[in-house]
Amino acid sequence: MSIFYYDKTFDGLLSVVFDAYKIKHFPQALLAEGDIEPMFMERVHTTVTDSGKSDRVWTALRKKLSKQALNHIHHVWQSELPEADYLIFRYIRKVIDSSHSVETHFADEDVMAMLKLAKKVSKDTMYLIEFVRFQKTTQNIFFAPVAPDYNTLPLALRHFIDRFADQHWALYDIRRGYGFYYDLQRVEQITLPDENALIDGKINPTLLAEDEQQFQTLWRNYFKAITIRERINKRQQRQHMPARFWHLLPEMQN
Amino acid sequence: MKESVLHKLTILAESAKYDVSCSSSGTIRRNKAGMTGSTSGWGICHSFTEDGRCVSLLKILLTNFCLFDCAYCVNRRSNDIERVAFTPGELAELTIEFYRRNYIEGLFLSSGVIKSPDHTMEKMLRVVKDLRTIHHFNGYIHMKTIPGASQELVHQAGLYADRLSVNLEIPLEQDLKLLAPEKDHQSVYKPMHYIQQGMVQSLEERRKFRSAPRFAPAGQSTQIIVGAAKDNDKDILHLSSALYQRQSMKRVYYSGYIPVNTYDKRLPVVKDSSLKRENRLYQADWLMRFYQFNANEILDDKSPYLDLDMDPKLAWAIRHPERFPVDVNTADYATILRIPGVGVKSAKMIMVARKHGRLNLNGLKKIGVVLKRAQYFITNNELPHYTIHEATPEYVKRVLRDTPSLPSPAEQQLSFGFTD
Ligand code: SF4
Repeated sequence: MSIFYYDKTFDGLLSVVFDAYKIKHFPQALLAEGDIEPMFMERVHTTVTDSGKSDRVWTALRKKLSKQALNHIHHVWQSELPEADYLIFRYIRKVIDSSHSVETHFADEDVMAMLKLAKKVSKDTMYLIEFVRFQKTTQNIFFAPVAPDYNTLPLALRHFIDRFADQHWALYDIRRGYGFYYDLQRVEQITLPDENALIDGKINPTLLAEDEQQFQTLWRNYFKAITIRERINKRQQRQHMPARFWHLLPEMQN
Repeated sequence: MKESVLHKLTILAESAKYDVSCSSSGTIRRNKAGMTGSTSGWGICHSFTEDGRCVSLLKILLTNFCLFDCAYCVNRRSNDIERVAFTPGELAELTIEFYRRNYIEGLFLSSGVIKSPDHTMEKMLRVVKDLRTIHHFNGYIHMKTIPGASQELVHQAGLYADRLSVNLEIPLEQDLKLLAPEKDHQSVYKPMHYIQQGMVQSLEERRKFRSAPRFAPAGQSTQIIVGAAKDNDKDILHLSSALYQRQSMKRVYYSGYIPVNTYDKRLPVVKDSSLKRENRLYQADWLMRFYQFNANEILDDKSPYLDLDMDPKLAWAIRHPERFPVDVNTADYATILRIPGVGVKSAKMIMVARKHGRLNLNGLKKIGVVLKRAQYFITNNELPHYTIHEATPEYVKRVLRDTPSLPSPAEQQLSFGFTD
């Protein structure tokens, strides 16, 4: 078996592609430095991440793929699944080696696997966009703790910047321990310095603006009032709004 | 916010809940500097109620006072219920605060009729204008036009709202006369016509000047209550089809009648099939909008009702065995669309994928074709010849009855691939 080591960054992965074509040798597995080596190793290569290399690969892909397919690659990468990088690698190889567009070759296993995983990630991104609930803090920042399955916060960012351009807000991924803060001008990546800011993934109530609870109550009441009781269908509710999000939704707190 | 707002919100949301349209799709509006909000083009649901419906807009009445006495409505004059009214300021603030917290995509504003249709419209306009001009709100606004409103006010509304709607409610004129004596179809069609005119005019002006104001950019919609009178599905679908021919009618919503005033003897005693019927109508509507069916193909005088146990596309295919089997590798798009088990998305994928070579069963499955249904309607070298002809339409009907294929209405709202 032959393997490539790289730093598990996206640029790193594209550099791997560059190296593989350069030395005309294609790995059967991609490992991070320090991973346990498989048995029966034949050949090892270590790729050093280099933006010059990754840019060239990306430019080549941009010539052959639609914007949508390029997005799919990003989405699959953000899935953070252990098999995602090697899948992307195989896909890119097919794109480069083929004279015609492979992205619509839906009968191909890798093309379909990319599509499926990208769809899952984009669904998760959509959930984020739907179910983020901002809470106003004493400092007038609209803060939302989130917990997506995949690392989708960067993918949803554009939507929030566009939508909430005139308010200070922050989105915080409690599962991954990082977030983004928007200050009316720019967005920056943050980690929470204060350990007491979140309790059990929820904002510490002492940090909330005075009327925040009131708006949550208004929303909860509204939510109850518009239910058509003659047509209760909790199965459908769960199907569209999976229970794993409920702890972040004020309307689902009794 | 005052305490009393909580109480009003509860009552006025209760009174608004039976209006089914809640979609926020149809306009794309990028954020502008110094403004709050954007609209995405496709609707975003922010929550789902216990009845499984999407919550996208703050759907609310300005007031539940009403002059009129429509038999099918909770807010009718003769009902003894608590009456309250928001001030325009309260409602605008509520909308903006909900929006900032990402609870909603915008506002769906409706109202009981107070004093006169125009007086009511003026009050509603105040809310919408405040949102756009004082709060710099750039999110979605759907405003219900009051039947009988004047052209001038409809025009104003169209300049501020994304979508306007006038509810038709009762499909046949004589039934409407019976159930809502103060209304007639004329009072509904007139404002519908004003809206259409406004849109045509605005499009023309925008062709000349890019900066000319947009008028109801998300078009208009209407709602039909199903099962409150003696209308049949054929009447309803033909009506919808005629409405869709007007370029500005984007959506027709179907609302299975829910008995709110059981004491009124003009209303039918409801069978529990109303929800199913509503679903079938949405599926039929879907066939007209995305599958290139026309109303006559779905229902005719011989069979004026949709089959409750079978979706209308399958029902059509079983009535027309002569149109099958279809060769998925050579047939045109329109023909492929009509295969049961093939959706719009998979039909499109079939068209592009077959350029890479013949599609086999495995390929079809990967694309998302539901072979369980499609197998009787397609030919393929691999398939043992067991199409609808060998199996007989009766057999196919028996095995495929009630296996869902078209999306339910709630899922339709979520289908981002399609714009509605
Ligand atoms: S006019 Fe509207 S609010 Fe008034 S009773 Fe009729 S349907 Fe209800």
